[in-house]
Amino acid sequence: MAEEVKLFGVWGSPFSRRVEIALKIKGVEYEYIEEDLANKSPLLLKYNPVHKKVPVLVHNGKPIAESVVIIEYIDETWKHNPILPQDPYERALTRFWAKFIDEKCLPALWNSTWSKGKDREAAIEEASQHLNTLENELKDKKFFGGEEIGLVDIVASFVGFWFGALQEVSGLELLTEEKVPKLCKWSYEVVNQSVIKENLPSRDKLIAYFSARFADASK
Amino acid sequence: MAKSDVKVLGAWPSPFVMRPTIALNIKSVEYEFLQEDLGSKSELLLKSNPVHKKIPVLIHGDKPVCESLIIVEYIDETWSSAPSILPSDPYDRATARFWAAYVDDKVFPSMKEIFIAEGVEAKKAAIQQLVDGLILLEDAYVKCSKGKPFFGGNQIGYLDIAFGSYLGWLIVTEKFNEVKLLDEAKTPGLAKWADIFCADPAVKDVMPETDKLAEYAKVLAKMRAASK
Repeated sequence: MAEEVKLFGVWGSPFSRRVEIALKIKGVEYEYIEEDLANKSPLLLKYNPVHKKVPVLVHNGKPIAESVVIIEYIDETWKHNPILPQDPYERALTRFWAKFIDEKCLPALWNSTWSKGKDREAAIEEASQHLNTLENELKDKKFFGGEEIGLVDIVASFVGFWFGALQEVSGLELLTEEKVPKLCKWSYEVVNQSVIKENLPSRDKLIAYFSARFADASK
Repeated sequence: MAKSDVKVLGAWPSPFVMRPTIALNIKSVEYEFLQEDLGSKSELLLKSNPVHKKIPVLIHGDKPVCESLIIVEYIDETWSSAPSILPSDPYDRATARFWAAYVDDKVFPSMKEIFIAEGVEAKKAAIQQLVDGLILLEDAYVKCSKGKPFFGGNQIGYLDIAFGSYLGWLIVTEKFNEVKLLDEAKTPGLAKWADIFCADPAVKDVMPETDKLAEYAKVLAKMRAASK
């Protein structure tokens, strides 16, 4: 049967980019559909009626939503170049850290950038703690996945790449060599892995987008 | 495996704690349940889950596994002989994981919202939000079960565990607010499923009694009122 794989995404979204990275790791050909979130396509609404969000993967007509659910599906469907480890305990740890990054780190980092006053202070404090937790988890490993990148590295590319851009725009100093040297080294390594590098949005475009948003928010 | 090789750190009122215990029961794995004191955290908990300091934690040998649904997947993959908890087909697995995430991210917060909401209008709105979510789950149940009793088919599966673990609290919510949340009119499939789930041998001994849970909910409400 001819494989038909479509991905609905948004150029700047770390969630849709992570699915693209997973597909590229597996060498899966796919059709990419760029969505305009202000004007969502009927297809997107049909394929993800519950959340109406990107990314959505459609494989042979069957839709899957939620980025980490999609990546696990990709890993189980195309079994070469594994993204999750084989051992059940290692898999549990991988899922744990991916969840920690998505549920704790991302919101704290995002709120550190965009909130104001006391909320901002609290978000910055929380974000610092979480970055320290990641620093301690990295230990002496090259990547969270060990010698090769894995699910956690892909999910954490928000920290390595997107937050780097947010930091530049907002003047925050959370991801620095003084505070989290291992995490900084890791983020340099991870964004220079070719499968990640080739599938990240343009940094200039991201900075321009965030700068405009930051200027609006400061008014 | 010797009983002491598998421990679950938990507390009886927690829906999250029920998930690993149901999963272990399904696999017929013996385990030691270590009840955490409500209100204080043991050394073992703080050591086993330093990041979140929360229950449940599964300790297998000397390895701690945290986060209830992650523990369920670990149990399924470690004791891999039948019965399976996750479906075998990758698309069905993705569907089960999607809805389990929906339950945790949308349904559970809606339920909590009802307890916290102040005033008649706020409560009504919170109840409606929960009911809307349950109607979506009814549709998911019909699609996943394909005429069989559980989301997982003939046996309890991952999504049954993820959603079923909230049933005790759902019943308490119904009692406190004098409203029917799962009923034959709006959610006929789920209404039947709930009874079958609660009666299942893997579930019945770990599902807390409604009266006990209701008492506990009253204590929580008093504590919340006192802290204002």
